[in-house]
Amino acid sequence: MADALLALREIRKEFPGVVALDKVDFNLHAGEVHAVMGENGAGKSTLIKVITGVYPRDAGSMELDGKSLHPRSTLEAEAAGISTVYQEVNLVGTLSVAENILLGRQPRKFGIIRWDETRRLAEKALARLGLELDLSRQLDSCSMAIQQMVAIARALDINARVLILDEPTSSLDEQETAALFKVMRQLRDEGLAILFVTHFLDQVHEISDRITVLRNGALVGEYKTVELTRMQLIGKMLGREPEALQDKSTGSKWAAETRDEILRGEGIGRKGSVHPLDLSVRRGEVVGLGGLLGSGRTETARLLFGIDAPDSGRVQIDGQAKSLNHPRKAIANGLAFCSEDRKGEGIIPNLSLRENLILAMQASRGPVRLLPSAEQEQLCAHYIDALNIKTPNAATPICNLSGGNQQKVLLARWLAMQPRLIILDEPARGIDVGAKAEIEKLVRSLREKGMAVVFISSELEEVVHTCDRVAVMRDRRKVGELSGEEITEQRIMDLMAHHE
Amino acid sequence: MNDPMAKPKEWFQGGSLVWPLLGLVALLAYDFLFVDGFFRLEVRDGHLYGTLVDILNQGSKTMLLALGMTLVIATGGVDLSVGSLMAISGALVAVLVTQTEMSLAMIVPIALAATALLGAFNGVLVSVAGIQPIVATLILMVGGRGIAMLITGGQIVTFEHAGMVYIGNGHFLGLPFTVTLVLVMLLVTSLLMRKTACGLFVEAVGDNETASRFSGVSTRSVKLAVYGFSGICAGLAGLIAASNIKAADSSRVGEMMELDAIFAVVVGGTALTGGRFNLLGSIIGALLIQTLTTTMITQGVPPAIAPVPKAIVIVAVCLLQSEKFRAEIGGRFGRRASA
Repeated sequence: MADALLALREIRKEFPGVVALDKVDFNLHAGEVHAVMGENGAGKSTLIKVITGVYPRDAGSMELDGKSLHPRSTLEAEAAGISTVYQEVNLVGTLSVAENILLGRQPRKFGIIRWDETRRLAEKALARLGLELDLSRQLDSCSMAIQQMVAIARALDINARVLILDEPTSSLDEQETAALFKVMRQLRDEGLAILFVTHFLDQVHEISDRITVLRNGALVGEYKTVELTRMQLIGKMLGREPEALQDKSTGSKWAAETRDEILRGEGIGRKGSVHPLDLSVRRGEVVGLGGLLGSGRTETARLLFGIDAPDSGRVQIDGQAKSLNHPRKAIANGLAFCSEDRKGEGIIPNLSLRENLILAMQASRGPVRLLPSAEQEQLCAHYIDALNIKTPNAATPICNLSGGNQQKVLLARWLAMQPRLIILDEPARGIDVGAKAEIEKLVRSLREKGMAVVFISSELEEVVHTCDRVAVMRDRRKVGELSGEEITEQRIMDLMAHHE
Repeated sequence: MNDPMAKPKEWFQGGSLVWPLLGLVALLAYDFLFVDGFFRLEVRDGHLYGTLVDILNQGSKTMLLALGMTLVIATGGVDLSVGSLMAISGALVAVLVTQTEMSLAMIVPIALAATALLGAFNGVLVSVAGIQPIVATLILMVGGRGIAMLITGGQIVTFEHAGMVYIGNGHFLGLPFTVTLVLVMLLVTSLLMRKTACGLFVEAVGDNETASRFSGVSTRSVKLAVYGFSGICAGLAGLIAASNIKAADSSRVGEMMELDAIFAVVVGGTALTGGRFNLLGSIIGALLIQTLTTTMITQGVPPAIAPVPKAIVIVAVCLLQSEKFRAEIGGRFGRRASA
């Protein structure tokens, strides 16, 4: 193949305490759709941000068409011919389609916008995408797909040679996605270089010509799409070679049938979030939700905990039908939920460890009966010791603790409630190896004590080690369930990749 | 840190008290040096008189508003309607004491219940309807004066009711009764916040609403309660305002006081973004603003331009509170020293 249009060599980007990109090479050719794949934290978005000038790179070189490139802002990158359409469409919803396409660079005469010329240019930009829209329509009133197209039209208008699409399909339905792909193919054929990021595996094979896989900030490799099966792709993303995988002992399993069912969901689902699925969890059982990020694992957890109300199906707790439409109700029924988004949905950053720890318990006691200070002290002392939380004292603001210790405090928040079922969504994400092992051990000991656990993790090894049963999800559907000896990394990956 | 389990004296250390106190002390030092008789106190008929006493008395309304406003701001909101709620409670009381035979023990609770309900209405708009607090409370800020006008029939209703006159003009233990009122409210609010879990819930909701909801905190009830409480504080301030002039002047009373209250809270170290709050800081902030106002009156600054120095002092204290600004200044001086 000819020289790459955009060539990155040994790119390195460090954040305090984390190497986000380490010696990553990336080649983007004119006239190709190039997918960048990787799990959360693999470095995809950092790579894009380095290319678009959001972050300066710490080391390495970047060349566009043979010329060295050092964009210090997205504007500079755009001027050089690199345009980006972000996942969240960054347009102005209250303005018209035409205004959005030409926002900030409307043709002017004596400082006055020339509207006829604006309309003509907007029409031209859309025509390139094969679109004919009402230019004066307010953008908010258009569908997400149209908004996405408008964003692309806007991006292309600036003589772009490289187009970066960051998860453009995450809010599109199938037809809208097909329309977008049609446009992408057409642009590719015109010679545009397109960098495409998505979590949907089906789409990668449908649209991309080549795939670059990242894992933990390092380059795994660059592959021709036709030469990489979906199975191999998953293996590369997760760092497992499918052929080399061996069945690992999962430790002693309890006889699943002998235990009471704590939670039973039949056909629970929510439009736009997760397709109806069945799920049951018994006492002393760890049920894993496997699947890649975006496959609907977290969405399922949110349905169970009443954060999003299901619009189909029934939930039974101890065999009794319940409507869990608010976390309070889920908590009152003995459920607990540790979110994957520790910062956004877990910690109360400026409050102390103690206040964070007692929050759920205090919330269930109500505002008047403050937990006596002696009991608060005792709870904190107990969990700081039991979970080995490293902190100067219980009065330290939780934001001053490390990620792993924050996670332990959040676990303690729920364990103090003595829940009957706890949902752990990526409990080991972003914490160090030591804390990870401790949390895995904790989950097993909870199971021994008879607690039911719903365990969500992207790390197959963790899932295989920890779970008694695994429900595997793909593209917001439950695609299969494994139990006991069936649970191997290979089997889970088979299900994750399986074609219908 | 401001942990409810900490010693009582540490209850108030949500934000640093140093900067508002420093501002207040600096202002008093100026008064001590340049304003004749600012610190002169005298006892007449067993009551204490003097400029300092006047500051406490006249600042009582802002202090009361600031108490309620602190909690609202701690949840990440703001209450613009307090000035209008003052007008409503004043109007209600004036009409009830002049046109009915009800005792004050009936009338005051009725007025406060009314403003509490209206405050809770703000809370419903914010928490249930999801309207931005600044817009939600703007509705009553504008509409509230109309309601007060409806109650008084568009008239300024004057009264001579001894009990009502006492609230804003009477003395208790040698000091204006309003001082006692503020102290009692400060004590009650502090106990309510730190001896129950209310303070924890307010701070948790303000600091991370989603995480609080996921932990089972009823974020709606918390917001409803703080706006309702702010309504009660505004109602009390309205009683004092009406009593001061022995009349309900619906169009003027409490005008712009919502802004003074917000200033007091911010100056007192509670962040507008919500989270940790500091009741004592807000009281000091309110005193700072009142001292400033009083100083300007004694110095003969025309009322029309009085807002200018006021704005300067507020900006100064807010800048001092900003860690970024202090670091910047420190950096400048540090560089100069090393150069």
